Amino acid sequence: MIEAYLERASTYAWEIDVLFSGIFWLIAVWFIAAEGILFYFCFRFRKQEGEKGQYITGDEKHHKKWISIPHYLVLFFDVFIIAGAIYVWYDIKQRLPEPELTVGVISQQWAWTFVHPGADGVLHTDDDIKKIDELHLIENVTYHYELESLDVLHSFSIPVFRLKQDAIPGRMITGWFKPILTGEWDIQCAEICGIGHGLMPGRVHIKSAYDHNQWLAQQTPTPSSAAYAAVSN
Amino acid sequence: MSHAHEMSFWEKYVFSTDHKVIGLQYMFTGIFMAIIGGFFVYVFRMQLAFPGISVPGYGEVTPLAYNSLVTNHGTIMIFWFAMPVLIAAFGNLLIPLMIGCDDMVFPRINRLSYQIFLLSAIVLIASFFVPNGGFGGAWTAYPPLSANAAYNATPLGAPMWLIAVALEFVAFLLGGINFITTLMNARAPGMTMYKIPIVCWMIVIASILFMLSVGPLIAGAVMLLFDQTLGTSFYNAAGGGDPLLWQHLFWFFGHPEVYVVLLPSLGIVADIMAVFSRKKLFGYKTILYSVFATGILSFVVWAHHQFIAGIDPRMANLFVITTLLISVPIAELCFVYIATLYGGSITFSTPMLWALSFLVEFLIGGVTGIFLGASGADVYFHDTYFVVAHFHYTFVPIAIIGFYAGITFWFPKIFGKMLSDRLGRIHFWGTIIPFNFIFIPLFILGTAGQHRRIWNYEHFRDLASPEFYNLRVIATVSLLIMISFQFVFVFNFIKTMRSKKKAPKNPWNSNTLEWTADSPPPHGNWPVLPTCYRGPYEYNHPDRESDFWPQNEPGPDPADPDYKSGPATDSGFQSTNPNL
Repeated sequence: MIEAYLERASTYAWEIDVLFSGIFWLIAVWFIAAEGILFYFCFRFRKQEGEKGQYITGDEKHHKKWISIPHYLVLFFDVFIIAGAIYVWYDIKQRLPEPELTVGVISQQWAWTFVHPGADGVLHTDDDIKKIDELHLIENVTYHYELESLDVLHSFSIPVFRLKQDAIPGRMITGWFKPILTGEWDIQCAEICGIGHGLMPGRVHIKSAYDHNQWLAQQTPTPSSAAYAAVSN
Repeated sequence: MSHAHEMSFWEKYVFSTDHKVIGLQYMFTGIFMAIIGGFFVYVFRMQLAFPGISVPGYGEVTPLAYNSLVTNHGTIMIFWFAMPVLIAAFGNLLIPLMIGCDDMVFPRINRLSYQIFLLSAIVLIASFFVPNGGFGGAWTAYPPLSANAAYNATPLGAPMWLIAVALEFVAFLLGGINFITTLMNARAPGMTMYKIPIVCWMIVIASILFMLSVGPLIAGAVMLLFDQTLGTSFYNAAGGGDPLLWQHLFWFFGHPEVYVVLLPSLGIVADIMAVFSRKKLFGYKTILYSVFATGILSFVVWAHHQFIAGIDPRMANLFVITTLLISVPIAELCFVYIATLYGGSITFSTPMLWALSFLVEFLIGGVTGIFLGASGADVYFHDTYFVVAHFHYTFVPIAIIGFYAGITFWFPKIFGKMLSDRLGRIHFWGTIIPFNFIFIPLFILGTAGQHRRIWNYEHFRDLASPEFYNLRVIATVSLLIMISFQFVFVFNFIKTMRSKKKAPKNPWNSNTLEWTADSPPPHGNWPVLPTCYRGPYEYNHPDRESDFWPQNEPGPDPADPDYKSGPATDSGFQSTNPNL
């Protein structure tokens, strides 16, 4: 259902979409059944002339089973949801596949600084390329991101990737993604970070390796130490 | 009045120790705060639907003001509306009357509780008028944003917000002590544990949950205040602290807090459903034990608010299990409530409409929580409007529907007059229908990736499409309609209070003890305190001619193991009330 609004631009986007749709249909059945029974009871047992209400304590076994059977069913379906949730979670957040490239993501009030590896393909070297509010990626390459914050909490969110991760001052958080579509989409800050929280839009540009290298050739490198020092000041 | 002297206005209404007066003070203060919180949401929803507009009655919304408006809307609605009205107002009004005693056990602590609460409200309101305005770091107040004026730009607003919240907690600790002690020690003779009306149990369990969970947060709030004002580094990574510490302390309280406000509403709904379906509650003990289970589980789910906050990813797996498990007792409660309707003789008067709509709407809030509790899906949904819509589908039923259910049901007892049922229905439909039209668009926007607490979506190209703006406009217009229908309630209230017609003692033919007192009950409640003979939900007992069996009517208890079925003992009294 999410895919109706947003492309699936990362390898794990479909996992979240399927998990969402799976939970949706599962609970849709429960929800419609519960609301249906509720409305049916309201109609069937409305006050009518000559009909007295029944006296049911709900403590006898043959009455209790109407509650306990659905309640075990809820537990049963919970197991599937838990399994699905942990499976998806493990893939996105817990495991960390070997990266082909690494990008630095530095958040601060109220801008994103993205540090891209230069032609050598290694981050923290002298040909790094620093960009404000622009993240440039290559299609079908596994990336690590090194997420940092210079002041308050921020949250690195790329909806088309279905990715979100808070940035915490004092820590560097490493995660991964692998883009699978070319195009250009929003990057959000998803954690309130002050007056400019709504003014922190970034853009992710995903290109083929050829286009990316052409873009790379036009950029002026910022030595890594300078890339990080500049934003710290 | 049997008292030796006439009480002055001040004694009677301002410094009263009477639980009913304190309950009303809490209620009207809560309603007043809800009006402020409602005004805030009006302002920022206008900005969201029509960015840059000069909002009538407010003016242009700056980003600084926007943050303060959303922060204080949330803070007010939870801490200064839901809690005072559901726990403090209904707790004070109902507990002594329903358990058959003359007042709270500690009337002066009760008065102190309200006075501190009033002070907290004044501090919060004052914070809107200091330079740079009220705090704008979200109701969760995550540091470092909340800890440092250089980051949040509200050097006075932030500490004042924190002090107001801390004072409010103190007020509710004092109130909670009173509710728990009163329920345990002051019940009418014969009212054993399983004969206590569910709503009283719920308010007391909520108070216990509050007392057990708030301690860490008060400690956390003091540390945050020190970070703000003295420059300590409890939450400052550069000084050796940890910003995540606050999140753990906050949510260790924050999640039980959801149940603190939920339970009183569940109790109100249970009592109303029993009365208007003329049915015994299905499985009284099942309800009670499900609530205990929910309460205990609510202490071990807090980190589901922090899945993507930077906690160890392995920890999420533990919390996803506990979070999903909590669906079991909550689902059980929903089933029990629905089962109560089975075999009933249901009258759809205004309080019953509110009670039923609570179930219908809360179910939506309940099931959408599953998406967010499932860690994998939460990676995407965290901090989107899906979350906003989800918790409003829980909090609106809890706070607004629960409040209207309770006030329309106990209105004759509290004020001694009968509200108009016709106006009540207009108000009901005028609130419920727009409510759904506010939040269903927000579910869609959240699914499409719209993130929270954003002043203006024009800066996000993927979110600035005309279709999304249409959804935002639908939500805002529905809000305006919903707000305008609240005037029907105000009109009904004023019209009823001005009418001369008095309410009977027991207009709904209810069993519980409060309906045996005068409407409204005098100071001291009863000339002679009542005795309790049986449980609160003995409706349509087969051995009775009449369809109810008041708790105070001398006679046998059908729940007694020695009870023998026999011919009807009552005189065959049937109500003449046309509403039933």
